[in-house]
Amino acid sequence: MKSVNNLEEIRRIISLHKRWDLLFMIIGIFALMIAVLTFMALFAHMLIDGMPRLSWDFFTSFPSRRPESAGIFSAWVGTTLVMLVTAFAAVPLGIGSGVYLEEYAPRNLLTEIIEINVTNLAGVPSIIYGLLALGLFVYQFGFGQSILAAGLALALLILPVVIVATREAIRSIPVTIREGAYALGATKWQTVSDHLLPYSSAGILTGIIIGLARAIGETAPIITIGALTFIAFLPPSPIKNEFPYVSIEWLTAPFTVMPIQMFNWVSRPEEAFQLNAAAAGLVLVVMTLAMNGLAIYLRYRMRKNIKW
Amino acid sequence: MQDNSEKKNVSRQFKSEVKNLNFFYGGFNALKNIDMVLHDKKITALIGPSGCGKSTFLRCFNRMHDLYPGNRYDGEIILYPDDVNILASNVDPIEVRMRISMVFQKPNPFPKSIYENVAYGLRVRGIKQRAILDERVEVALRNSALWDEVKDRLHHLAFNLSGGQQQRLCIARALATDPEILLFDEPTSALDPIATASIEELITDLKSKVTILIVTHNMQQAARVSDYTAYMYLGELIEFNVTDTIFIKPKNKQTEDYITGRFG
Repeated sequence: MKSVNNLEEIRRIISLHKRWDLLFMIIGIFALMIAVLTFMALFAHMLIDGMPRLSWDFFTSFPSRRPESAGIFSAWVGTTLVMLVTAFAAVPLGIGSGVYLEEYAPRNLLTEIIEINVTNLAGVPSIIYGLLALGLFVYQFGFGQSILAAGLALALLILPVVIVATREAIRSIPVTIREGAYALGATKWQTVSDHLLPYSSAGILTGIIIGLARAIGETAPIITIGALTFIAFLPPSPIKNEFPYVSIEWLTAPFTVMPIQMFNWVSRPEEAFQLNAAAAGLVLVVMTLAMNGLAIYLRYRMRKNIKW
Repeated sequence: MQDNSEKKNVSRQFKSEVKNLNFFYGGFNALKNIDMVLHDKKITALIGPSGCGKSTFLRCFNRMHDLYPGNRYDGEIILYPDDVNILASNVDPIEVRMRISMVFQKPNPFPKSIYENVAYGLRVRGIKQRAILDERVEVALRNSALWDEVKDRLHHLAFNLSGGQQQRLCIARALATDPEILLFDEPTSALDPIATASIEELITDLKSKVTILIVTHNMQQAARVSDYTAYMYLGELIEFNVTDTIFIKPKNKQTEDYITGRFG
């Protein structure tokens, strides 16, 4: 019988097995390239079409029937305001729910059902949130087809993202740190506010920004609640000259947002509007990428002092 | 009258008395009928093979098990001189933890400054005056033999300290609040021999200030630092005596087998 320890034989087997490494690497790179190249091609296409339209005027002009003078002023202002409402609603609700589920909720069947539901909410199609918001915010609460209704609809949409991010971030804190706080006589709230929240803030913030980056591009729920596609005015200013200097009138104002403006232009037959749509798409993609970049940066910055 | 003076005598000798303690993780009886005492201002070591329940026993003293659902205590741990059963359901575990501090297996400083780590127990108690905090932090750091090494960088991150220094910081954090009992859960198992020696020296020094209960998997450590030793096996207290007796002339065959390395 031939010895299995024959050196020639061992080398032959190794090189045979290593062929699989090579094969998988090629498949992996190929798969990766499909994703990367598709995105790059899309982006390049948009860049070529849209870049010439990008100018100061494009950002400061309202939509118009003449494509060359149309701009995205009302769209980006609308998007910014809607995101503001979304953040204000989703952040406290999401963090609060996440902390409660992770630290306070008793371990029982009800909690488990709630947890499963929260996780599944992230997979609900966004148009369903639009329908919910239409029934609840627009009609039931009488907010109308307003910035407030849209912001709250998107807040519902990203709530599961914020809750899950909060829970994951808190869970990644070592149990010894948590026990260390309790062992010194801290109450639950002291442990949460002095330790768990500060140490998980990077993860939570990342979750919030990723959620907002998702919300910024959402079109379906906004269309469902009835955002206008042609808006040639801005919502009332939040800052006033007379007492009390701030106003919340803008919350109930009609509005449009970036993806809807794009959608509107894409559906026009004129070629020139397609270029406007590409330019608006470019702005939207850059906004999303910038938000994701910010998330990565903040994560890096805030985690620098935490080693575990 | 007689009864009263006897009680006083007991309270002077013992810091704590464990009476018929049983502990359950859900349905699992992890500690069985334990009776033991902690002598005041002495070091008591808990030894035994992995899984014998020594850490579980230690964590009864600061009601750490209350943090997780499904755990149940049965029996009493009496704290002297005020004769209170700290396992009683009407005693708040937070109150117990304010009186009995703990140092963990792995150094677990908070990702805060050295100063804030030591001051945290005081802040939890609502102490805000800078002067008091400064003083207590310094005393605690001196008592844990860390002051000279860190006095110039109190506001640096605790993570920048070495492993041994981090553990001494955790001891300072536990000392800052003047605990009545200090619990150590294998405090040197994550440290190198030199750091271990300094922690052991520190524990011996602390004896004059506080009653100490230490879990260790290292028999030599128990022999070096403790006055009393308890040998545990499978959730039962097999033998409890003066350390010298346990190591030189154990009464129980099982203890002898473990001590001499025939088992464990």
